[in-house]
Amino acid sequence: MPNHAYIALIPLLPLAAFVVLGLFGRKYLRGLSGGIGTFAVLVSTGLSLWVAYRYFFVEGAVTGAYNPVIALKATWLSFSPGLSIDMSIILDPISVMMIVVVSFVSLMVHIFSLGYMKGEARYGTYYAFLGLFTFSMLGLVLSGNIFEIYIFWELVGCSSYLLIGYYFDRPSAVAAAKKAFIVTRLADLGFLVGILILSFHAETLDFGTLIQRLSGPTPQMVGITTASFLGISALSWGLFLVFVGGAGKSALFPLHIWLPDAMEGPTPVSALIHAATMVVAGVYLVARLYPVYMFPGGAVLHVVLYAGALSALLAAIIACTQTDIKRVLAYSTMSQIGYMMLALGTLHYKGEATTLGFTASMFHLFTHAFFKALLFLCAGVIIHRVHSNEMRDVGGLRKLLPLTHICFLIACLAIAGIPPFSGFFSKEDILLSAWHADKLVYGVALFTSGLTAFYMFRLYFSIFWRKPMLVGGGVHSGDAGAGPLRDAGDAHGEAPFTMKLPLVILALGALLAGFVPFSRLVTYDGTPQPDHSIGFFAVAPVALALIGIFIARYLYFKESDRPGRVAAGLGDLYKTAYHKFYIDEVYLFVTKKIIFNLIGRPAAWIDRNIVDGLMNLLATVTARISAAIKGLQSGRVQDYALYFFAGIAGLTVLFIYLYT
Amino acid sequence: MSQVPLSHILVVSTALFFIGMYGLFTRRNMITMLMSVELILNSVNINFVAFNKYLYPDKLEGVFFTLFIIAIAAAEAAVAIAIIINLYRNFHSIDVEDAGKMKF
Amino acid sequence: MSASAVIFYILSFFILATGLLAVTSRKIFRSAIWLLFSLTGIAGLYFWLQMEFIAAVQVVVYVGGIVVLIIFSIFLTQQSGRDLPAPVRSRAIFSVLAVCTGFVLTCVLLRGYAFGRTGRTDGGQTFAGPVASGVPAVDASVGTIGAQMLSTSEHGYVLPFEVISILLLAAMIGCIVIAMKIKPDEK
Repeated sequence: MPNHAYIALIPLLPLAAFVVLGLFGRKYLRGLSGGIGTFAVLVSTGLSLWVAYRYFFVEGAVTGAYNPVIALKATWLSFSPGLSIDMSIILDPISVMMIVVVSFVSLMVHIFSLGYMKGEARYGTYYAFLGLFTFSMLGLVLSGNIFEIYIFWELVGCSSYLLIGYYFDRPSAVAAAKKAFIVTRLADLGFLVGILILSFHAETLDFGTLIQRLSGPTPQMVGITTASFLGISALSWGLFLVFVGGAGKSALFPLHIWLPDAMEGPTPVSALIHAATMVVAGVYLVARLYPVYMFPGGAVLHVVLYAGALSALLAAIIACTQTDIKRVLAYSTMSQIGYMMLALGTLHYKGEATTLGFTASMFHLFTHAFFKALLFLCAGVIIHRVHSNEMRDVGGLRKLLPLTHICFLIACLAIAGIPPFSGFFSKEDILLSAWHADKLVYGVALFTSGLTAFYMFRLYFSIFWRKPMLVGGGVHSGDAGAGPLRDAGDAHGEAPFTMKLPLVILALGALLAGFVPFSRLVTYDGTPQPDHSIGFFAVAPVALALIGIFIARYLYFKESDRPGRVAAGLGDLYKTAYHKFYIDEVYLFVTKKIIFNLIGRPAAWIDRNIVDGLMNLLATVTARISAAIKGLQSGRVQDYALYFFAGIAGLTVLFIYLYT
Repeated sequence: MSQVPLSHILVVSTALFFIGMYGLFTRRNMITMLMSVELILNSVNINFVAFNKYLYPDKLEGVFFTLFIIAIAAAEAAVAIAIIINLYRNFHSIDVEDAGKMKF
Repeated sequence: MSASAVIFYILSFFILATGLLAVTSRKIFRSAIWLLFSLTGIAGLYFWLQMEFIAAVQVVVYVGGIVVLIIFSIFLTQQSGRDLPAPVRSRAIFSVLAVCTGFVLTCVLLRGYAFGRTGRTDGGQTFAGPVASGVPAVDASVGTIGAQMLSTSEHGYVLPFEVISILLLAAMIGCIVIAMKIKPDEK
């Protein structure tokens, strides 16, 4: 591609939309904001697809391998000739894939929001924030410099905060936004320290150079592995801390507490940020630095593996007990991200040149974006119609929302891993690489995939089947528990066209994305790998998934007390899972009792009394001195006479005794 | 007269001068301030007379100075009293701190 | 210690004591009377210095004129009944301090200055007699004073005399104008 300047437009167009809508969207462009934002992202998507086409099929076909291409580079801060912060755009298989995913999903969300957020008071602001987020995410995936990615990382966190707290008059939304920001910020501290360690030893901030220096026997590698702290080499510390930063953003255990609460934001925001794009930033980061993680002797991939597996299992267990639709989907996201991390961590034991785990992880990221966004948008339609998030309030929506029903079913089948939907292919790859890596992890992943099928279909049956059918505007007689739908007028049908179109497109994606020959396009070093067949290996996971689906149908197809009996039977285990394993309570205890009381209050006291007190003291002293000096000009003639006389006496003494 | 050195007389007049100054600084009543001023003027008179007597006994300059000072002091006291009476009419007080406002 | 010295010391003590009382007394009328005594003491001092004319003028003008004027003004401003307020503590202290400093300074200067002493090598305080230049002392009688005051020769004082009379005239007119009460017409 001779002229790469147009690639910079991909993130900059949404930024321009943000600036325009941020400045003028509130007062002048209210109605047009949606159109402006959507148009900007539409052009970005077109450009991303064009770049992908050219990268994978035009250029790649020439050289036979997909090499990283530095598209643009601008030196920003130069500390020394070798060390500088550049703003550069890097194109390699994962970044091209990511810009396609991000811009496409963002476009779908923009279109969906045209219908969903219609009539909102702060419509323009919403689209401005969406534009900011899209810009930040696109910038993140295109970053070629580790500091640049940090900058965009923080911007993404900021956009997430703004969007979660969009309904700022709700205290729960404000608290959720703060929680998300603080937890991810804390993790970013680790990220920053990791950046500093790695770049200090590698003496560079540029990704390409860093990877090259730290993934082979180079002098920098020797330096970083000999330097050690508490017995662990600096390389492991750096990689581990970078992983911590990624874990915060990707909601891995134990930094996952913000993700369920982040569902306070509008549903399209959840679809975009907390399902398809921002939460995979951590996975992307580890993938970006994968050659460094891979280097033999790096034990950090152990941590990645187990953290991913634990998160996947934990989230799946909790999701089985939750009753809020969006929270179930949030935990499902956490579980799927656990799968992605798990796949990245499966290198260590395999030790072969073909790193299946990397490809599997990226493939799952790709397909997950489609079906998870689809799930959230369907949930958005349902919530828009029913005006409630709780599973208790819905039921029997099959005929009322037919298109949503079909799309939701497709997405559930995809996430459960039923062939030929897309999730089947990506999940099989993950399980295959886990099988070769660690049998225990394979077992956990297998069990979790069964649980995934169970809780997703629990959700599906509860929403669309459990209660007698509702047909537009009324309920059949004999059913008293229709809840809020009784009054939902049917004047506008299921949903406006702008809300139905993305559902259809994403459903097509969820169906077809599995057939993309991923291993030929995206691998850790760019060389295409041959397709592999899965064959009989797939029997066990699919069987487990079908068992999960049937259990869900047994329990939830009709309203009954069977779920209640099962829950009672499980007793305390159920209660612990329902309360999300009390992790939130632990965090609250630490922050409220320990940090606030032992650190916060004394700090506030010092600030008020000592720091402020010092300033007040200065002011008071000045005021008193000035009042005293003011008294010299009293206006009383006798005081002045006294001053005269004192002056004369003084001058007399001076002239007589000191000048002779 | 010849046994008392000049400096003794000068000390007496200096003491009287500073007593008058103390009265000027301390007294708030305008009439008492005027009295202190009279004391000061008198101390100066003593000085002139003593110098005339002790240092220049053949001349009369000191005497004339003293006479003129007495005359002028009388005129000044009269004018001062007139002013005090006028101030009293306006402020109904002869406290020097009460005469705070000036008419323009 | 001859009798005249004793008289001098008694007189000076009297002057200073009544002067002090004049400036510190709380009742204004008594303050005026102490002033009267002080001025009379000064007249006595003039008598002791053998300047009778000055002494007479002092008594006539100061004691008989100015003090009476002051007493009249005390009556006119209806001040004689009340006590005078005590001075502010800080101001009194600073005034005493300033005044004592001034006094000590002046005395130190006095001690070091040789007032016209010639040829005396003892440098002591005692001063014996008028300047030993052989000039006879002039007789300070009324006639001599009057003749010199109105003479136009080199040591004559007729010009200041005339100026003083103009000054007195101006002062008189000024007093009348300042103290005049302008009555509004009632007809």
